[in-house]
Amino acid sequence: MSETPVKIVVDLSKPKGQRESIIELTSAELTEREEMRIESEATQAAQDKAEKATAAKKLSGRNKLLDLGLTEAEVTALVG
Amino acid sequence: MITLIQTSTVGSGGAASIEFTGIPQEAKDLLLLLSLRNSVDSSSGTLAFNTGGSYTRMRFFGNGSTEDSDTSAIDIQANTSVSTANTFSNTEVCVRNYSDAQAKHYSVNSVNENNATLAIQAFIAGRWSETAAITSLELTPTSGDFVEHSTASLYSIS
Repeated sequence: MSETPVKIVVDLSKPKGQRESIIELTSAELTEREEMRIESEATQAAQDKAEKATAAKKLSGRNKLLDLGLTEAEVTALVG
Repeated sequence: MITLIQTSTVGSGGAASIEFTGIPQEAKDLLLLLSLRNSVDSSSGTLAFNTGGSYTRMRFFGNGSTEDSDTSAIDIQANTSVSTANTFSNTEVCVRNYSDAQAKHYSVNSVNENNATLAIQAFIAGRWSETAAITSLELTPTSGDFVEHSTASLYSIS
């Protein structure tokens, strides 16, 4: 495996058999790639946090309905 | 008539991106078929036309347990390093009237293959606001590399 990440460039203006090139990323492209990775991880972490918060609220709401005296079947019929 | 222009297959070292340049302008529409797997646990990637411009879209998204919709930049889904071994995503991108001097409309159907609850489906209807003809397409994973045996095939529709 190459030390430096590479990109595949397919130049369709060239004849078949000569179109594909494997090119190492430039320092600017490596920087952009690292910035995308950091942004992606931050976005994923925020999504995970939001999903956990939603799941906790669903469970809390369900338990409150059960505490009011509804049966499990009734709660499921109401909120799934 | 649908005509294969070129298939690119990622080799053993992986690839940080796949770019088609010098796209012929004779056809009506473009069709891009992708079979992708990422080297890290991240399923998202981006597709850019002419490496620039402004995109709007509506996306319907599901991951096996929740669903969502939004409007933001174009994206594609790839299998990840934790997907079932040796499986790849399936994605179809259609770009209408790619040579015309007006905004371009596109659709994306993108699904993961995974023998588990988490398997993503994303369906997008979008618009690229630039009026220039599309002469290049670039696919980039959000992080990591496309692994060996990932493929991208570009077809023209006339």
